[in-house]
Amino acid sequence: MTEDTTFHHGDPAPSKPLIEMKNIQKHFGSVIALAGVSVNVYPGECHCLLGDNGAGKSTFIKTMSGVHRPTSGEILFEGTPMSFDDPRDAIAAGIATVHQHLAMIPLMSVSRNFFMGNEPVKKIAGIPFFDHDYANKVTMDEMRKMGINLRGPDQAVGTLSGGERQTVAIARAVHFGAKVLILDEPTSALGVRQTANVLATIDKVRKQGIGVVFITHNVRHAMAVGDRFTVLNRGQTLGTAKRGEITQEELQDLMAGGQELATLEGSLDGTV
Amino acid sequence: MSNAQTQSATDERIKSRSKFREALIRPELGGIVGTVAVFVFFALFAFDSGMFTSKGVLNWSQVSAQFMIIAVGACLLMIAGEFDLSVGSMIGFAGMMIAIFSVTLGWPVWMAILVTFAICLALGALNGFIVIRTGLPSFIVTLAFLFILRGFTIYFPQTIERKTIIGGVKDAAEGDWLAFLFGGKILTGFFSWLGDIGLIETFSRGSREGQPIVDGVPMLIVWALVLVVFGHVLLTKTKFGNWIFAAGGDAEAARNSGVPVNRVKILMFMFTAFCATVFATCQVMEFGSAGSDRGLLKEFEAIIAVVIGGALLTGGYGSVLGAALGALIFGVVQQGLFFAGVESSLFRVFLGLILLAAVILNTYIRRMITGER
Repeated sequence: MTEDTTFHHGDPAPSKPLIEMKNIQKHFGSVIALAGVSVNVYPGECHCLLGDNGAGKSTFIKTMSGVHRPTSGEILFEGTPMSFDDPRDAIAAGIATVHQHLAMIPLMSVSRNFFMGNEPVKKIAGIPFFDHDYANKVTMDEMRKMGINLRGPDQAVGTLSGGERQTVAIARAVHFGAKVLILDEPTSALGVRQTANVLATIDKVRKQGIGVVFITHNVRHAMAVGDRFTVLNRGQTLGTAKRGEITQEELQDLMAGGQELATLEGSLDGTV
Repeated sequence: MSNAQTQSATDERIKSRSKFREALIRPELGGIVGTVAVFVFFALFAFDSGMFTSKGVLNWSQVSAQFMIIAVGACLLMIAGEFDLSVGSMIGFAGMMIAIFSVTLGWPVWMAILVTFAICLALGALNGFIVIRTGLPSFIVTLAFLFILRGFTIYFPQTIERKTIIGGVKDAAEGDWLAFLFGGKILTGFFSWLGDIGLIETFSRGSREGQPIVDGVPMLIVWALVLVVFGHVLLTKTKFGNWIFAAGGDAEAARNSGVPVNRVKILMFMFTAFCATVFATCQVMEFGSAGSDRGLLKEFEAIIAVVIGGALLTGGYGSVLGAALGALIFGVVQQGLFFAGVESSLFRVFLGLILLAAVILNTYIRRMITGER
């Protein structure tokens, strides 16, 4: 269980990155989706990946999670070069992705969802049965740790709010030993209160020594939990900044490619 | 971690629910209510019709068991997110294969049965494979097989024997060990004892005087019960059952979590074909013949039983026990109206009303459970 992986509790990030993506390029036919992006993630940090629509965020994390193979570039996982043939390789290595949608099945209970694809088994007379007692207990414990009180482990996921569903998905990834957790726009469809809950969850996960990659296009959400910020624009990195080195406005400008938004913002009295 | 305050027992926003309500709100509730209603109805209006004598009970049990066998397969497949409209044609086809192999070709019956099972499982796998590979709706793919298999079921006996019914299976099956597993009866000793002590009716005259009218439990009913228990345990108590729910609930999310969705779906198509073949074999052994029109419309009857039992047409939700109750309702209503002497065409009216009522009730229950809106 990953329950006691409480190393790096609040420590500064250690020197060795969990995953290093070096000069990643990805071409789809004649389209250059990524033109040399380099990002690394340390244990216990929250690395925010920002960028407007079409900046290449999705392509980049899909490369990281084994969905796409990079056209060129190098991926080092815990110091050794890796090449993922499909998402399962990445999951086995410890890279888990929580998608904005497609994470949970609403019709199924929380505990069935939690152990989907990783069902615990108990043998009775040599026949393997789904160990519901164990699954229910672990689910309740993990949910309580994340601050979600369930009516019962058999409560359907459909009865949870969007934020709670994200939290269940995150808790699941952590429970099954993720070292790098990729969160694909976890807050984009959520209300204020739910967003706060998800951000709090990210903070808890980070403190367990897991490297979090947080994809968003909301600068304020990024500023709330991020340790480092990388801005992508048109398939290229516009640089990585540490917390405190950059202001919200600067990030916003970088994301939008600077100039145009500055003019636009002027006409909107700085409300963007 | 410092979340001691959240460890505290309950959340004030979660309404407490009584144990009674918890126990009541389950996918099978619609089926349970329907079953009780149907039995009360016939107990009131057709009690003296012979429906509840041993012979009457056997009659509707057998019809219900037939529905149950195909409903279990259809239920698991529907929960896995797919349909099989070729079940009825598969029943006709499998029966015809057994008759051709054993009567026309003179194979031993056990071999005819085993080869037929192999062919039908392969056809089920082919159905599943085409659905997975092409991404077409299973509705269309299996509709094609509905026609293809029915066509062959008429073509083969026509060309080989110049008729559409092949008889003589009973003689061929005499003393065959595997044939007994589908056409035999068990507990015959127990039933004659029941007859002796006067608990069930016996023949009062003729060559079988003193013997019970119902002399055992047909294997058909045993198959139905075994399949229902197997399906229920598989779905609710195993890892594979979780995969069935996941594959039907959201195939993409399931794949992301490492569930082998394609394998699950193809296996469920094969299981549906298996159930159809069990149905066909029992029927052929009982009648001693195979006909080109056997199994007509059975696919819809299976789907109706499953839906009455609380399953969601779009997959990801349902219960084998519910489907079994749906089949029981179906069988009892069909035979009960016959016993009650009601004009048989009204059966369809009755069935339509039950279907509608069950689906409305089930939708309401499901919303309570899953929080759908």
